[in-house]
Amino acid sequence: MPIVVTGLHHSYKKGTPFEKKVLHDLSLQINDGEFVGIIGPTQSGKTTLAQHFNALYIPQQGTVVVNGCDTTDKKADLVNLRHQVGYVFQNPDYQLFASTVGADIAFGPHNQKLSSGEIKIRVREAMDQVGLDYDSFYKRDIFALSGGQKRRAAIAGVLACRPQILILDDITAGLDPQGREEIRAVIQKLHREHKITIIFISNSMDEVAELAERIIVIEQGRILIDGATREIFSQSEKLYSIGLELPEVMVIANRLRENGYRLPSTVLNLEEAIDSIATALDERQVAE
Amino acid sequence: MDPLIKVFDLNHSYRTGSVDEVKALNGIDLQINRGDMLAITGQNGSGKSTLARHFNGLLIPESGKVLVEGLSTADKNNTAAIRRLVGMVFQNPDNQLVSSIVEEDIAFGPENLGLPPAEIKERVDWVLETLNLQKLRSESPNQLSEGQKQLVAIAGVLSMKPRCIVLDEPTSHLDPRSRREVLENILRLNREEEITIVLVTHFMNEVVHCNRMIVMDKGKIALEGNPHEVFHHKEKILQLGLDFPVAAQLAAGLRRKGISLPEDIIQTEELVNSLCRL
Repeated sequence: MPIVVTGLHHSYKKGTPFEKKVLHDLSLQINDGEFVGIIGPTQSGKTTLAQHFNALYIPQQGTVVVNGCDTTDKKADLVNLRHQVGYVFQNPDYQLFASTVGADIAFGPHNQKLSSGEIKIRVREAMDQVGLDYDSFYKRDIFALSGGQKRRAAIAGVLACRPQILILDDITAGLDPQGREEIRAVIQKLHREHKITIIFISNSMDEVAELAERIIVIEQGRILIDGATREIFSQSEKLYSIGLELPEVMVIANRLRENGYRLPSTVLNLEEAIDSIATALDERQVAE
Repeated sequence: MDPLIKVFDLNHSYRTGSVDEVKALNGIDLQINRGDMLAITGQNGSGKSTLARHFNGLLIPESGKVLVEGLSTADKNNTAAIRRLVGMVFQNPDNQLVSSIVEEDIAFGPENLGLPPAEIKERVDWVLETLNLQKLRSESPNQLSEGQKQLVAIAGVLSMKPRCIVLDEPTSHLDPRSRREVLENILRLNREEEITIVLVTHFMNEVVHCNRMIVMDKGKIALEGNPHEVFHHKEKILQLGLDFPVAAQLAAGLRRKGISLPEDIIQTEELVNSLCRL
């Protein structure tokens, strides 16, 4: 179910002297099964844009059509749309509100008026997808969870509605390395095995480079560049000009290139960096 | 010279006495020396923030002792003096900014100290210059980017001329450039203004710039030393749920391919230099 955005504008405090334009005439399409990273400086409009995808915002001007459903249409079934397009917020405390893990995850399916048998199936399935063992976590107190577990529980709550699209809004911020690794693995599995479309907003260039297949760069409410991940990170000057950077491995690779190493122009992850540096060293030895 | 902050057998629990009591700090002994750039890292819930909040008396020891320049944080008469010596910067700058204009926000602390207006102005000018914020002087904090706000929050603390600034995950919600700017400013304050820095962080690429680090685990200090020493405990680092700086991971990967590189590489510079010497 594609998302088609056409001519989208959005202002905060519209119609007041404090009006602030957040999105300017923005158009884009996201197709089924894509893994799209959205990056940009803080307050560039990333979150506002993404919150239009599941009708948390309704366009002030322009349209957002999700799987044929136009969110500006007064007759559109927005509740159903929000079940199909799940949104996971940065801070799981905004999202988790029941006292136990099981009750929290059951909330969405319960609202969908599913039978208790079906709810149980959904909760079990969602917990399985995020790697929280049903028997040991079902009755666990939300407050007794680690940061990474809390975020996984928040994702499970959204997955229990069986969304086709999952929007993840900077969900690894503030997590310790192990927690970040757990979340990364969960997201990759959801995309690869369950074919869920992933829209991943992040401030970590390392994570975006490792996970996303396509990247949309937002700056001051407009799309600066949109393309395959490798192509985006090959435009380092554009990224630097708006306050973004390159993945750390690529910074190292660039430094080595300046020092005479023959390396490809984009290196997106550790494996690529290791392989290309080793190859460059081998070639040099052969040449010598 | 005497250490700036001394911590003796510090204990702290949350929900004390209830069935779900959590022992957040369990017998911590620690010294923070003048001029240190100390990183505190460890998993979520390991006690990092609880420890940091003891350094300026935001939390008072349940048992044990915290001395700041010899002053015990447990004595209420010392609180004002300790807060002047040790400033705190939090994750979310919005919780810390109080005025509607940047320079007024920075002047807030010195005004509360009852300093004469000329001295206040001097401090505000100094802080704006030190952190390169002159251009934002008359701006409203809520018009600033998150990174700029965080620098203004640091400015507000710096205007008190503290000996030490404790920063609790100051960059975790910032975009890449703001993250780098905040880190560079913190490093400069340490180097040029000789301010002792305590940096609570999950980012190993920030940790590697510190001269000392401690790794917290379940309320105890699990590892302590300079970053080269600490990252040398490879298995322990993984057990503690941390990861290695990217340069170290890359060096390890290259060593596995038979390329001979020193074992203790943790910084980009070190890796690039070693690879260029091959």
